[in-house]
Amino acid sequence: MNFELSDDLLALQDAARRFAAETIAPHAREWDRNADIPRSIVAQLAELGFLGVLTPTEYGGVGLGDLGASVIMEEIARHCGATALMLDAHNALCTAHILRAGNDQQKKKHLPKLAAGEYLGAWALTEPGCGSDAAALSTTAKLEGNHWVLNGAKQWITNGHYAGVYVVMAGTTPEGGAKGISAFLVERGTPGLEIGPKEDKLGMRASDTVGLMFDQCRIPKENLCGKLNEGFLDAMRVLERGRITISAMAVGLARGAFEESLAYAKQRVAFGKPIFEHQSIQFMLADMAMEIDAGRLLTRKAAMLSDAGLPSKVEAAMAKLFTSEVATRAGLNAIQIHGGNGYTKEVPVERYMRDAKLCEIGEGSSQIQRVIIARHLLES
Amino acid sequence: MDFQFDDDHRMLAQQVREFALREVAKGAADRDLAAEMPPELIGQLAGLGLFGIAIPEEYGGAGMGTVASSIVVEEISKACAGTGVLLSAHTSLCVDPILRFGTKEQKQRCLPKLASGEWVGCLSLTEPGSGSDAGAATCRAELKSDGWHITGAKIFVTNGKEAGVMVLIAVTDPDDPKRRLSAFVVEKPTRGLRIGKLEKKLGIRCSSTAEFVFEDCVVPKEALLGERGRGMRVALTTLDGGRIGIAAQALGIAQACLYEATKYSKTRVQFDQPIGQFQAIQNKLADMAVGVEAARALTYRAAWLKDSGKEYGPAAAMAKLFASETCSKAANHAVQVFGGYGYIADYPVERFLRDAKITELYEGTSEIHRLVIARSLSEPRP
Repeated sequence: MNFELSDDLLALQDAARRFAAETIAPHAREWDRNADIPRSIVAQLAELGFLGVLTPTEYGGVGLGDLGASVIMEEIARHCGATALMLDAHNALCTAHILRAGNDQQKKKHLPKLAAGEYLGAWALTEPGCGSDAAALSTTAKLEGNHWVLNGAKQWITNGHYAGVYVVMAGTTPEGGAKGISAFLVERGTPGLEIGPKEDKLGMRASDTVGLMFDQCRIPKENLCGKLNEGFLDAMRVLERGRITISAMAVGLARGAFEESLAYAKQRVAFGKPIFEHQSIQFMLADMAMEIDAGRLLTRKAAMLSDAGLPSKVEAAMAKLFTSEVATRAGLNAIQIHGGNGYTKEVPVERYMRDAKLCEIGEGSSQIQRVIIARHLLES
Repeated sequence: MDFQFDDDHRMLAQQVREFALREVAKGAADRDLAAEMPPELIGQLAGLGLFGIAIPEEYGGAGMGTVASSIVVEEISKACAGTGVLLSAHTSLCVDPILRFGTKEQKQRCLPKLASGEWVGCLSLTEPGSGSDAGAATCRAELKSDGWHITGAKIFVTNGKEAGVMVLIAVTDPDDPKRRLSAFVVEKPTRGLRIGKLEKKLGIRCSSTAEFVFEDCVVPKEALLGERGRGMRVALTTLDGGRIGIAAQALGIAQACLYEATKYSKTRVQFDQPIGQFQAIQNKLADMAVGVEAARALTYRAAWLKDSGKEYGPAAAMAKLFASETCSKAANHAVQVFGGYGYIADYPVERFLRDAKITELYEGTSEIHRLVIARSLSEPRP
């Protein structure tokens, strides 16, 4: 047993923390308002290795596991949920899917460029008519000679506005359900791929979210990623693992809400003393601190299991469910502690709350996490 | 970082789990009803070496530390929370302060008997007028030529009936606000000490909760534990550690609630399907499981910090606060999953609900823990 990070990860944490505080924090409000992250920041993230955290060194990444990725995610999300979400869709969805299912040629083609930030990666599963019930998707891919022809629509695609490559799940066997879906690599600029306008969102505003339209979109036969009809299964494994870093993101957002609130409570005076001296405020802060610690432990436990190659699906679901609800609660309480100030954009906590809400919805809603956990209990 | 138990801890957990299922679970309902702790059960716990789990080998214990003692309390509490707290109070409220603050003579005299189970240990701290505000104690100890003369009363002493020795907190210097209290090691029986009322309780009914009445009770000068005037520090340090034990107890109860509720929802059929198939039930089970998992991580982190010689006070407060509130919620959920059957004594979950509540009260209420955590906050703290 040991509940502390190794020296290497502490150094990584320190580097990520400094970058987030110095380079991200001063601009996060502006990015939120403009609904965009400057491309110069993407380049800096690539330079730090953060666009290749899970990518092995042979493909130009830094080859960290989920624990290392979680450490980075928490630090980035501490100041900007949207930047963290961009990293997550890039690393834990797109890159992770190619790493898991792609052949050597596909890996060699895309992973070094993704790690170098030459382009961002996106991952497309959700559709207008299917969210939690992802196996009910209706986008199709038909083999015509040496090409797959994709038709259909995808929705809520993070990084979709800028991405250079999309991992797209599409039906390859009609009526095949979960066992009739395959994954494809679709490159930006492919004729028949139309990228919709950016969604206008509650939070995570600087992270771009778009719809994708496929109209007779022809891609080479060799762009099938993974085995035919196993794309949905791969996608589920990718999501199960991806929840670990979503969870770390929620911890970071909760920490932001907590740290801002603590600092404010110590300097804001009411009834002759800092509001931190009042039990009502102390109790909110104590609960935040406790829940953040608990959430971080759940996240890191899932990460360590995943890194060790052990089953981590249920632990990841628990971590994601717990931390996302903690983050939203922390965001709301942070606004409460800040009072009227917290309701304005002069302080960042209203943004943290808006960003946090996404964590309860994306990569499997809280309701889906509860079903995953309960099924495990009832089956074991 | 590593969340897994070491091999010796894993073996200990396995051994105690099997013992608890075999020997502790079966009489739990009867002990609850009778509000009694059979000496035979104490003998069995002693036989397994559970009283000496955290006592160094040179004093006859297993020398295993706080992770191990938490494992013991968790596993026993899954079967019977009253028996769990007997061990927790013994180890963390009596053995621990003697180990930490005792003289060599005090250790040599007490620890072997505490390790063997010949003595059960307890802590006498709370008074009718002094609960969360421990500094307001009035029980008086005066130094005279023949020793310390103790006069006053202590209440809510867990293990008070069975105990052979106690750590006592009493007022030695009433006019020195910073050093009013001192700690003592008092053996039982001692002339001038008698057991007053034995409390009738909502839960953990087989665990004794006693009043001690001191009427010019004389103990030797050497009974002083630690420095004179440092009783508050002894009390607070002891409670910091004790909280880990109560967190482990709460974790055990919560785990038992989850186990029983899951089992029941697989077999209970309504509307032509097991109730576990309904999302209304699944949501409760999932929330219980997440709470248990988080409580487990917090509890063993605090235990590990203590064993590693690192600061553990705030971590222990978090563990106890979270685990106890999780435990009460889980017990309430469990009764709800069982419906009417959960409200009757044919199933154990009504006992779990009654037992759960105490974990939010003793060894520091939830409110005190929130204060302890808040006071520890300084930024940044990942």
